[in-house]
Amino acid sequence: MSPEKLARMANQIAAAFGHRPDDEAAAAVAAHVNDFWDPRMRAELLELIAGGASGLHPAVRDAAAAIRPAAAD
Amino acid sequence: MKDFVLPEADFGTPARAAAAATVTLSIDGQVVRVPEGTSVMRAAAEAGISVPKLCATDSLEAFGSCRLCLVEIEGRRGTPASCTTPVADGMVVRTETDRLAKLRRGVMELYISDHPLDCLTCAANGDCELQDMAGRVGLRKVRYAPGANHVDAETQGAANPLHVPVDASNPYFSYDPSKCILCSRCVRACEEVQGTFALTVAGRGFEGRISAAAPDFMTSDCVSCGACVQACPTATLQEKTVIEQGLPDRAVVTTCAYCGVGCSFRAEMQGETLVRMVPWKGGKANRGHSCVKGRFAWGYASHPDRILTPMVRARIDDPWCEVSWEEALAFTASRFRAIQAAHGKGAIGGITSSRCTNEETFLVQKLIRAVFGTNNVDTCARVCHAPTGYGLKTTFGTSAGTQDFDSVAAADVVVVIGASPTDGHPVFASRLKKRLRAGATLIVIDPRRTDMVKSPHIRAAHHLALRPGTNVAVLTAMAHVIVTEGLVDAGFVAERCEADAYADWADFVAEPRHAPEAVERLTGVPAAELRAAARAYATGVNGAIYYGLGVTEHSQGSTAVMAIANLAMATGNIGRPGVGVNPLRGQNNVQGSCDMGSFPHELPGYRHVGDAAARAAFETAWGVPLDAEPGLRLPNMLDAALDGSFRGLYLQGQDLLQSDPDTRHVAAALAAMDCVVVQDLFLNETASYAHVFLPGATFLEKDGTFTNAERRINRVRRVMAPRAGLADWQVTQRLANAMGADWAYEHPAQIMEEIAATTPAFAGVTYDLLEREGSVQWPCTDSAPGGTPVMHAGEFVRGKGRFVITDYIPTEERTGPRFPMLLTTGRILSQYNVGAQTRRTANVAWHDEDLLEIHPHDAEQRGIAEYDLVRLASRSGETTLRATLSERVAQGVVYTTFHHPGTQANVVTTDLSDWATNCPEYKVTAVQVSRANGPSDWQDEAQARARAGRRVLPAAE
Repeated sequence: MSPEKLARMANQIAAAFGHRPDDEAAAAVAAHVNDFWDPRMRAELLELIAGGASGLHPAVRDAAAAIRPAAAD
Repeated sequence: MKDFVLPEADFGTPARAAAAATVTLSIDGQVVRVPEGTSVMRAAAEAGISVPKLCATDSLEAFGSCRLCLVEIEGRRGTPASCTTPVADGMVVRTETDRLAKLRRGVMELYISDHPLDCLTCAANGDCELQDMAGRVGLRKVRYAPGANHVDAETQGAANPLHVPVDASNPYFSYDPSKCILCSRCVRACEEVQGTFALTVAGRGFEGRISAAAPDFMTSDCVSCGACVQACPTATLQEKTVIEQGLPDRAVVTTCAYCGVGCSFRAEMQGETLVRMVPWKGGKANRGHSCVKGRFAWGYASHPDRILTPMVRARIDDPWCEVSWEEALAFTASRFRAIQAAHGKGAIGGITSSRCTNEETFLVQKLIRAVFGTNNVDTCARVCHAPTGYGLKTTFGTSAGTQDFDSVAAADVVVVIGASPTDGHPVFASRLKKRLRAGATLIVIDPRRTDMVKSPHIRAAHHLALRPGTNVAVLTAMAHVIVTEGLVDAGFVAERCEADAYADWADFVAEPRHAPEAVERLTGVPAAELRAAARAYATGVNGAIYYGLGVTEHSQGSTAVMAIANLAMATGNIGRPGVGVNPLRGQNNVQGSCDMGSFPHELPGYRHVGDAAARAAFETAWGVPLDAEPGLRLPNMLDAALDGSFRGLYLQGQDLLQSDPDTRHVAAALAAMDCVVVQDLFLNETASYAHVFLPGATFLEKDGTFTNAERRINRVRRVMAPRAGLADWQVTQRLANAMGADWAYEHPAQIMEEIAATTPAFAGVTYDLLEREGSVQWPCTDSAPGGTPVMHAGEFVRGKGRFVITDYIPTEERTGPRFPMLLTTGRILSQYNVGAQTRRTANVAWHDEDLLEIHPHDAEQRGIAEYDLVRLASRSGETTLRATLSERVAQGVVYTTFHHPGTQANVVTTDLSDWATNCPEYKVTAVQVSRANGPSDWQDEAQARARAGRRVLPAAE
């Protein structure tokens, strides 16, 4: 999936929770991604964050630790 | 004679509310008890005594014009009309006396003196109330000598000036004035039932005539709902199919397969041939009413374009080969398994159809979860009401409308947001308009001046004509008014909602930046008007919100749904008749397909796939382990197809290529897949990219259930054999078995048993219950065995209602110098979605192409005149279509429909989507409009591709 699109989707989620305190917002982003994103999308997002992609919302970066990695298939 | 068409009982005048006091009277010696306000005619009919009548029918208020229903009442002078005389305690009524018989015969004699005597060759022969009444009163001769009349085309060798020829301009029914008895039932049906006011009586006395106030019906305001035809007691207004085919000999009650209103119809048949569809009075969604689509636009079912043989091809640029079902399914199974072997089990998935039955969507998601072994299942709700699912689940605890349609009759203030019910949900619109005519206040929030804003006898008290994309700002500003002006229902909030979440929300909306004055420049809505609307909703006793895709199909769709839920909770407008939050669902069974687990993260009954207990219920029932990870959503599948990790798609009844946004992107994704399987009635646009085509069955060809927008589960009944041999659920079952499953359903009732056994909200649903009750609204459980008309009555499904902060985050789609205008999209009454069905009916007489509505000022600036071909371009693509100048849209906004493949309106829409659900942002696209010389390159290519994609090799001998 295109990294730009993935980043845009993640940033949109972060913005929707942007009114919450930082730690809550990151947790909410992680929970949303865990609930609604299939494992390959989550893996790509985690790669993106790990690779230090620019333009990611802080809450997305902070969510990384709580985003469930894909199980080995 | 009347029994020939199995008529429904007609009590002559409408029922009165049972809650009123009971009146006891005597009719023909029988003691009768009825609610106060009931007519003598109805009281008699309920006691089994039929009083002759012509102008009365129980869908309409009494009119008292035909003078046939006269009765004698002890102590009263004369012979009052039983239809207009209310019952009174102790009344003694006689319906049959010598005097009455003589009077009635005299009345009938007058009617017949100006009526043709061609009964044997008349289209209504056997279904004519005039004929019935002539027989009933014993009319044996007509004493009047021939004279002036409306019957004969010629009198004494000259044209008869009183004769008006047949008006056959409407494709579905004809108007023959020579057979009219001027009972006014059609005029009253158009007013009282449909609410269009297209008909009137022109002239007086002998000159009186039913008129559509136009040269003919087609050029009039008539919307062809059929209410007048149904009300007509003679052949004056008559379905053309009855004229051509004769009367039906049996009727089967079933459910319309068009929109989410879910109207009940009697399919009236001759053997396996459908003669007409007549709305069923017992239908609780429609109460005997219909629209042009359900009533008349069913000819697609027998259209020659139907594909009745399975077809396959190795590559999408090959022509199709017709094959047997076995070959097609074996081909599919082997391709799907090969993809999974090479790329993992998650490399394939499927789309359930919101046009198909609950049982069929349940089976498709079962196929995907249990046989494919993945949660890659989605449905067209992804592109319409997925935000409703997210928003209402977060705030209330479950994803569905809170009311039944009857509820609108108890509403005092109705807010319609981002919906045009007269186009998209016409029968609900008629019920809404009836309530509005009786005095309820209407608020419309819509960028466009829809028919709800102003039409005959309807006028919105407030029309908030917001700039597309600013719903959340407007709704939050309304909340600001309600909170800061002290209009919150504090008792309701304290008792029913989470206190902390409410306090946070109230602080948030009270911030000055959310004041109507602060957002006016952004939204374009005058602050005073917004304040007035908020006050009206909050203080109107029963406030009800109805909303459509204008709310959901935005980057902030889920936020807007939650903003609506916040408003309803803050004002206490939840949990009783007349209030609520009501998504007007688009497709006939989109509610059902969502209920049945069509989302990649949710098992049937809206339980997350990560919920071990829910998963266990299905693992036990199905005997296979299920994946606990959410699957790909439809737009994610397309993205994954482009990067090669998703390669096979089973697509039941959805034309992805035409209906989904950013057509180029969809086309590229489809073209990248190894196996696309389309199951549909026709070779739709998507089929151009398919490797397998499996013929679908219409709703007339199978049993099952649909669930409408009010959570009502209605039966769909088979009235003819599937034309391609298999119903859709049978096809899915055979595909599952070709892939190694061992399913053996013999009837959809067995599938419903499995649904009830595994899905708590459906625990009490059985086909026996549906036969008994007609329909039932889920939740249907031990504690609510008869279903649930109003949800969240004592408490919310989630316990306490939860207020959610709704920050307005503008879409990334912005206007600028290159694309200075905003495009928004919608529907029109006569066409349905991508038009696959309606374009194959005479409905094209009303709408044979998509038009671009543009404000005259914007048009003038661009040198565009009415019906000019214009180029519509966005960052995604461009297309051409014809323009129509209209002040319904504001300056800077253009509007079109997406019913016709030639328009390719979705070439222009972007792939932006709702933050929570990926529901596409169809409703806001920055565009430029200019004059055009011819079709865009994409349109030419698409047409060529569609032609090539439809080539079928002659079958080998």
